[in-house]
Amino acid sequence: MRKLKASGNELVALGALDAGCEVFAGYPITPSSEVMHKISVSFPAHGRKFIQMEDEIAAISVALGSSMSGKISMTNTSGPGMSLKAEQIGYGHMAEIPLVIVNVMRGGPSTGLPTRTQQSDILQARAPTNGDVRTIVLVPGTTEECYTETIRAFNLAEKFMQPVILLLDETLGHAARDIELPDLSEIQATLIKRRVNNKSDYQPYGVNDDEPAILNPFFTGQPYHITGLTHDHTGFPTEHPILSQKLIDRQFKKIDAHLGEIEKFKKCHLDDADYLIICYGSVYLAARDAIEKLREENQNVGIFRPITLWPSPEKRMSELAKKFDPQNILVIEMNKGQYLREVERSMRNRPQFLSKVNGRAISPLEIIEKLREMHHV
Amino acid sequence: MYDYESKLRTDRLPTQWCPGCGDGMVLKAMIRAIDANGWNMNDVCLVSGIGCSGRISSYVNCNTVHTTHGRPIAYATGIKFANPEKNVIVVSGDGDGLAIGLSHFMHAARRNIDLKYIIINNFIYGLTNSQASPTTPLGMWAVTQPFGNTDNSFDACDLAIAAKATFVARSTTLDLIKLEKILTAAFKHKGFSFVEIFSGCPVNFGKKNEMGSPKETDDWIGSLVLPANKFEALPEEEKIGKFPIGILNQNTKAKEHCEKYLEYVAQVQAKFAEGKGE
Repeated sequence: MRKLKASGNELVALGALDAGCEVFAGYPITPSSEVMHKISVSFPAHGRKFIQMEDEIAAISVALGSSMSGKISMTNTSGPGMSLKAEQIGYGHMAEIPLVIVNVMRGGPSTGLPTRTQQSDILQARAPTNGDVRTIVLVPGTTEECYTETIRAFNLAEKFMQPVILLLDETLGHAARDIELPDLSEIQATLIKRRVNNKSDYQPYGVNDDEPAILNPFFTGQPYHITGLTHDHTGFPTEHPILSQKLIDRQFKKIDAHLGEIEKFKKCHLDDADYLIICYGSVYLAARDAIEKLREENQNVGIFRPITLWPSPEKRMSELAKKFDPQNILVIEMNKGQYLREVERSMRNRPQFLSKVNGRAISPLEIIEKLREMHHV
Repeated sequence: MYDYESKLRTDRLPTQWCPGCGDGMVLKAMIRAIDANGWNMNDVCLVSGIGCSGRISSYVNCNTVHTTHGRPIAYATGIKFANPEKNVIVVSGDGDGLAIGLSHFMHAARRNIDLKYIIINNFIYGLTNSQASPTTPLGMWAVTQPFGNTDNSFDACDLAIAAKATFVARSTTLDLIKLEKILTAAFKHKGFSFVEIFSGCPVNFGKKNEMGSPKETDDWIGSLVLPANKFEALPEEEKIGKFPIGILNQNTKAKEHCEKYLEYVAQVQAKFAEGKGE
C-alpha cells in the first residue's frame, strides 16, 4: 500500500506514469491543467515524452500520432477543449488508435464556468464526434478511483484499440485527500499490452467481426496504411457497400460483444434499501454522506453508481427497476438530466431527479432535503 | 531505368490524380530524394493531409498515414517525437497547410522539429472543385470568387522564414532534376525543412482560368518564378507577383527539437539524482 495526499488531477498524472504511458501531449485548460503540470515533471524525470502543443487539436493529434506508431499515449482537456478535439476523436475511432483522453469537467456550455464544477459533458462523451462511434467513458467517484480508473482507461484503450474518455468533475479533480493506493508492482501486473501480429499475411484490420484492429508498431518491417476514410481489412480506403457496412459493424461489435470486460459499477447499501439513489462522479461522495446520516435515523437508502458510464449498465438498471418503485428512485446529476434519460430508457420508468448547474457541488443536506420532500422520510 | 516499383505500392496504381496533375511529379522526385539520402523505406513514415495531395501517402511503400484536414504536421510531430531516429515526411496542399492547418506549420517551424514538410501549391482547392485557396492570385477565377479573386494571398516561404524554419526552399514540377536536388537537400537537413512546390492543376484551376492545356498551366507557373539571385536583383515593383526558387534560407546551427528534448531529459534526471528535483 502507498499512502499519500493528492488531488484527482494529480492522481491521473500518477496513474499515467504507473500505467507506462510513454507520450503525453497537452494544452493548458482549467480545471485540468494540473494533470499536465505534474506530468511536465514526472515524464522527463522518467525518460518519457512530454510536449505542450499550440492548441487542443494539435495536442490530441500528437498523442494519436505517437500512439499509432506504437507508444502508449495520453492527452488532457476540459469541456471546450473536448469540443475542439472532436474530429480527431473520430479519427481515433475510425483508425482504431488507442488513446486516453482526460476531461476534467467544468461549467458549460461554451466557456461557461471555467473554475467551477459540473457534469455536463456526459452526452458529449457518448457522442463526441461525427459518425457512429461506441465510446468507452469512465467516471471515477472517489479520489482513489481517479488513479485506478486511469490505469483501467489505458488497459481498455490498448485492449479495444480506440480512444477511452476519463471524465472527472472539477470537484474530484481539485480536492486533495489522504488516500491509499495499491503498490506499483500490483498495478504493473494488471497492465494489458497491445496485440501484435508478426505473421507474413498480416493485415491491420483483417480481424474477426468482434475483434479490434491489430496495429503493429511502425518501423518494424510490415509497413501499412492508416486513414480516417472508410477502409477495408488492408487499411486502404474503400467505398464498397459491404465492406463499408462491415467496418462500422465490427467497430460496434468489438465493444458490444465484450461488455462484461468494460462494465463497472458499485452498489452501496442496496440489499436492505427502501430508496435508491443513482449518481456518479463527485456527487457520489455527497450521496454517501447523506445516506449514512439517514441510516442513523433508520431510513434505508442505497446507491447504485456506474463507473463505466458508457456503454451504460442498462441491464443492471433494468433489474433495479423491478426492485424499486420509480417514486423511490432519485437520480442526481450536476447537469440538466443527461444521464437521467439513459436511466429512464433502461428502467422504462420516470424516477425523481435532483439537478444543479450553478457550478457548486450538491451537498449531502440538499440530497436529504430532496428525499424528505419526496417521501417525508 | 530507375527502379520506382520497389518503393511504390504498385497495386494502388494508377493514381487517382487527373491527367496533367503535378502531384505525380512530386511523388517521383520525393522517392528519388529518399533514395538519394540512403534511407531504408522501413525507416520512413509519410504523413499526408486532406486534398488531392493527401492521396500521396497511399502510393508509397513505407509506414503511411492519411490524417484529417490540416493536421498532418501535428500527427507527424507525435510520430517523430516518439521515434526521433526515424525519418518523417509530411505532404500537404495549399489549403491543408496554409488555411486550416497553418498554425501547426508555424509552430513546427518554431520548434525546429525534424520534419520534412512539403506543400504542393496548386493555387486552388482542386479536389473539391475549385474554391479559392490562400495562394490563389488576385483576380483569378475560383468557384467561390467567380468574378475574380479579391483576397490577398500568402507567400508560404515568407511565412516559413518568419517562423524561423531552418530550411526553406521553393521549387516547381517543371524541372524534375532541380526538384529532386532541392528535396534531397531538404531531407538531408536536420531540423524543420520546408519545401513549397508550385504544381499545375490543369483541370480545376488552369482550364477554368482560360489555360487550355496542362502545358499552358505549367507555362503560367513558369512565368511566376525565377532563381533567387535574379529575383533579388529585381526592382521592388517588379517583384510583385513573382516568386524566387531555390534554397531561400538554411540554418544549420539551431538545435533540433527531439535532440533538445533528450538533452533536457538528461538535465532533469541529473537534478533528481542530486536530490534537486521536485
